Amino acid sequence: MRRAVIAFTAFLGGLIFLLAVPAQAAAPDQGLRGTLKLQGQPVNGVKIVVTTEGGQPVKEVTSNAQGAWEVPVDKPGKYKVTLDVKTLPPNAVIRGGNAVRTPTVFSGNVSTVLFALQPKGAAGQPTAEEGGETSPFLDQAAQLTFEGLNLGLIIALAALGLSLIYGTTGLTNFAHGELVTMGALLAYMFNVGFGLHLIPAAVIAVIAGGALGYLQDRLFWGQLRRRGTGTIAMMIISIGVALFLRYVFLILFGGQNESFAQYTAQPGIEIGPISAAPKNFVAMGIELAVLVIVGVALLRTRTGKAARAVADNPALAASSGINVDRVIRIIWTTGGAIAALAGIMLGLSQNLKYTMGQDILLLIFAGVTLGGLGTAFGALVGSLVVGLFIQVSTLWVPPELKSVGALAVLIIVLLFRPQGILGRRERIG
Amino acid sequence: MDWITIISTTVKSAIGVETVLYALAAIGINIHFGYTGLLNFGQAAFMGVAGYGLAVTVTVLNLPFWIGIAVGLIAAVLLALLLGAPTLRLRADYLAIVTIAAAEIVRLVFRSVKFKEVFGGSDGQRGFSDGFYALNPFPEGEYGIGWFTFSHRLLWIMLVGWVLVAISCGIVYLLMRSPWGRVLKAIREDEDAVRSLGKNVFSYKMQSLILGGVIGSLGGFVYGLAYASVQPDVFGTETTFFAYTIVILGGAARVLGPVVGSMIFWVLLVLVNGVLSEAVQAGYIPFMTSIQVGPVRYILVGLGLILLLIFRPQGIFGDKREIAFDVR
Amino acid sequence: MSAETTAANTVSERKAAALAAFKDLARDPGVPKPDPILVVDGVVRRFGGLTAVEVDHVEIQRGSITALIGPNGAGKTTFFNQLTGFDTADAGKWTFNGNNMSGVPAHRVARAGMVRTFQLTKALSRLTVMENMRLGAQHQRGENFWRALVPGSWRAQEDAITEQAEDLLARFKLDAKREDFAGSLSGGQRKLLEMARALMVKPELVMLDEPMAGVNPALTQSLLGHVKDLRDQGMTVLFVEHDMDMVRDISDWVIVMAQGAIIAEGPPDTIMSDSRVIDAYLGAHHDAPLSDSELQEQLHQAEAALEAEIEEETQK
Ligand SMILES: Nc1ncnc2c1ncn2[C@@H]1O[C@H](COP(=O)(O)OP(=O)(O)OP(=O)(O)O)[C@@H](O)[C@H]1O
Ligand SMILES: [Mg+2]
Repeated sequence: MRRAVIAFTAFLGGLIFLLAVPAQAAAPDQGLRGTLKLQGQPVNGVKIVVTTEGGQPVKEVTSNAQGAWEVPVDKPGKYKVTLDVKTLPPNAVIRGGNAVRTPTVFSGNVSTVLFALQPKGAAGQPTAEEGGETSPFLDQAAQLTFEGLNLGLIIALAALGLSLIYGTTGLTNFAHGELVTMGALLAYMFNVGFGLHLIPAAVIAVIAGGALGYLQDRLFWGQLRRRGTGTIAMMIISIGVALFLRYVFLILFGGQNESFAQYTAQPGIEIGPISAAPKNFVAMGIELAVLVIVGVALLRTRTGKAARAVADNPALAASSGINVDRVIRIIWTTGGAIAALAGIMLGLSQNLKYTMGQDILLLIFAGVTLGGLGTAFGALVGSLVVGLFIQVSTLWVPPELKSVGALAVLIIVLLFRPQGILGRRERIG
Repeated sequence: MDWITIISTTVKSAIGVETVLYALAAIGINIHFGYTGLLNFGQAAFMGVAGYGLAVTVTVLNLPFWIGIAVGLIAAVLLALLLGAPTLRLRADYLAIVTIAAAEIVRLVFRSVKFKEVFGGSDGQRGFSDGFYALNPFPEGEYGIGWFTFSHRLLWIMLVGWVLVAISCGIVYLLMRSPWGRVLKAIREDEDAVRSLGKNVFSYKMQSLILGGVIGSLGGFVYGLAYASVQPDVFGTETTFFAYTIVILGGAARVLGPVVGSMIFWVLLVLVNGVLSEAVQAGYIPFMTSIQVGPVRYILVGLGLILLLIFRPQGIFGDKREIAFDVR
Repeated sequence: MSAETTAANTVSERKAAALAAFKDLARDPGVPKPDPILVVDGVVRRFGGLTAVEVDHVEIQRGSITALIGPNGAGKTTFFNQLTGFDTADAGKWTFNGNNMSGVPAHRVARAGMVRTFQLTKALSRLTVMENMRLGAQHQRGENFWRALVPGSWRAQEDAITEQAEDLLARFKLDAKREDFAGSLSGGQRKLLEMARALMVKPELVMLDEPMAGVNPALTQSLLGHVKDLRDQGMTVLFVEHDMDMVRDISDWVIVMAQGAIIAEGPPDTIMSDSRVIDAYLGAHHDAPLSDSELQEQLHQAEAALEAEIEEETQK
């Protein structure tokens, strides 16, 4: 069987090579299109205005969630395409500064209009492609390792909660990413909406995240557990919850990218080969501190030990006098709070968006699964591995495909260690 | 409000292209999840590799339509083998995570700039459906009565689509009444027990994954041909989750469940969408804009999924005793 | 009448043969048997620091009923898991009918004629009793994907299988339940069903993991009868049991496990007076209700594991 699979893989590889031969694609009608990306991330909600060469308006569109936009035109000819710079995310500028393009559209062809975006004050965060030419390999590797650690710590924050919830309740929570988004959006609401400074706003958001975690368990998941809902049914319910919340966020928040009012375009500082904005150092410090605190609490406090006992065997823990419901509620509260923190940190280092949790959810799952489902410390190790791998792999793979590498590693690790890095095998019989 | 449009689009959607392609995807998932208990969250990838297999073969390699279909089917089988080999020995929740990750890998590769020459980046590929429509037996024109009409192109793809649905249901019907289907259902209940009775569980799971994947991939063809294009983001995880909702709505492990589920699902979505956007346009709902109508359908699906699993996990027509997955 | 007498004769012959085979054997662990169907060498299974199974050598006599006893957590179930391919042993070799079985996947072990049941019953709940039974039959044409699509190709065989299943169900007094979902059966009935289903495989060696646990005394008697029947039909039976009365009643030979190792073997009426066995059981709550003692055992293990884990973490 395995040999057959290897043979097929080789065959598929060959097929891909065959397909890689470039050729001309025929498109039926004509138009203009483009994709807006900032550091490999799509940028949506940007207004693009298309007029004829003479200035007759043709159409106004905004880029979609994938950063893409498209305007069909009736006649071939020359057109004027203007990008409305006011609708760009606050931290982005057009490379070269020129917001107008005048492409020619040929009959039956869709021509692509390029607007290259770069971060404002790009010195702080050199992109992998740009750094590639100037700095020597090792410097860049160090830089990417640093960025990978940063990402890994954020993933670890979210993964810890997910893993503990899985361990204690058996729920594979596909809506955990939405807890992350919720934290970021709440902080944004207090920060930009109510004009609070980001630090108090973040504190409130984390507390609110904890409260929402508590309520979610109290009013929803806890009730389902009491009804005896099976784990697979709960998993599918969590998918429903994720869809529901995500699009409620879209309606309330909109589809655009935002950033916090403070600490957005910090000038970078250099430490050895690493250059990063000061906020990144502070963020990593906070993330590390929180992870250590939660880790120590798991090991040392009564509740922490109880939590791990429940994760090990809920029925047994209950019969030995642990209040399982209380433990689970504490875990949901903590999980909600640290997921909110993860969201805020993510919003700080990247952008705020209604899909930010969904986008990172798979990486969280990858971290948790790599470590072994349900083991708290496994989730930490796994997340750091995933974060590091994603960033460092951009030394060799294009940044747009960096998640592919991490997910592929997940699959490969499971091939050799189905129970994850720190997981245990189940007993049979 | 334009009730004729609302009603006509709703009625048409009961047998429309979306209904067909999601029914095919859901029949596949029903084989995986409903009968075998495999949580394949990567169904969208099966549709994707099929659609792209066809598109790339025809547009990039300039080969005929039939070869494109063959390439798409082979790609779906290969994907099943690649996905299945590492995951089918794992617990159900690992399988879910790995398949969703694999589907995401497939989507990211399709939309990447690196492979733009082959897959067309985020715009996808188009212009590969001529071979299919050249076979169209219906002369050009509109068919139907009153507002219940379809263009000759639509009629052709719908005819082919429904024939595929019928064949798939027939195959599922035959298989699930056979000893082969009995092994699948037993694996869903307890795979160790099946192993102890001398059945090669891995092989059966793989067969199930391939069969369901191939049937799902037919949905990918239907999409590509009906819209004469494929884009990477059509094959995202939300497509898979829609198909799951459909399976549960119609009743898991019922032969016609996915078909009935798909019809109800799309009728409801199209109806709600039509009523809402008309109402917003007419100014009846002052606090909503027409852009906000789009997300509402996802909110409804999410809510529907939650409520279904809590209150009617057996689906609309199902029997509580025969519910195929473990709700308790 | 005469047929019955012959049957009765063969029965007593089989039992006598089995007893004769064991007559002059030493009481040492791993003692060689005259005609072993299963020969095990050096099987080791560790879970972290815990050595659950460490069996040097053991042989199972063909055509006999052998009991495997031992305190809770002795490693009996784990040993079964290794032998039947449900778990991978860290070391060891074993042969069944002379064929190497180590590293062979579970389904091949079953096909070779070595079929087990599980301590925690595995009824296939949402299949009917009859479907459960049919599943056990081997070499089914309709289990091939392509032939499954052509009902004509497997119908005849299916009818034969159904007939066979009906016979067995009648013997196990489950015939009235044939169209019920297996999930609706009582615990004891599930045990019966699992045993009957295993027999559908037509095994040479049946390995029963606590077949009587949770079965009421009346039913136990009939189960005991079934197990004896198996030997009388020429099968070999290896079973795990905690109730010594039952062991004494039906087994021809007893193997005692403690802390993963085989510590003694012997005939059922004298084994419990063996000093090694008394030592092994001393302090173990072997005659307390099973569920309780098991829970106790698990509790201790969980605590130990937790402590070990904490220790490990703090040392980091
Ligand atoms: N998957 C596993 N992971 C860790 N430890 C295990 C696992 N399976 C079994 N063990 C341990 O191995 C030891 C032997 O267990 P086993 O189930 O084989 O005992 P047993 O003899 O069948 O007991 P009982 O009579 O109570 O059924 C126990 O200490 C048990 O905790
Ligand atoms: Mg046991």
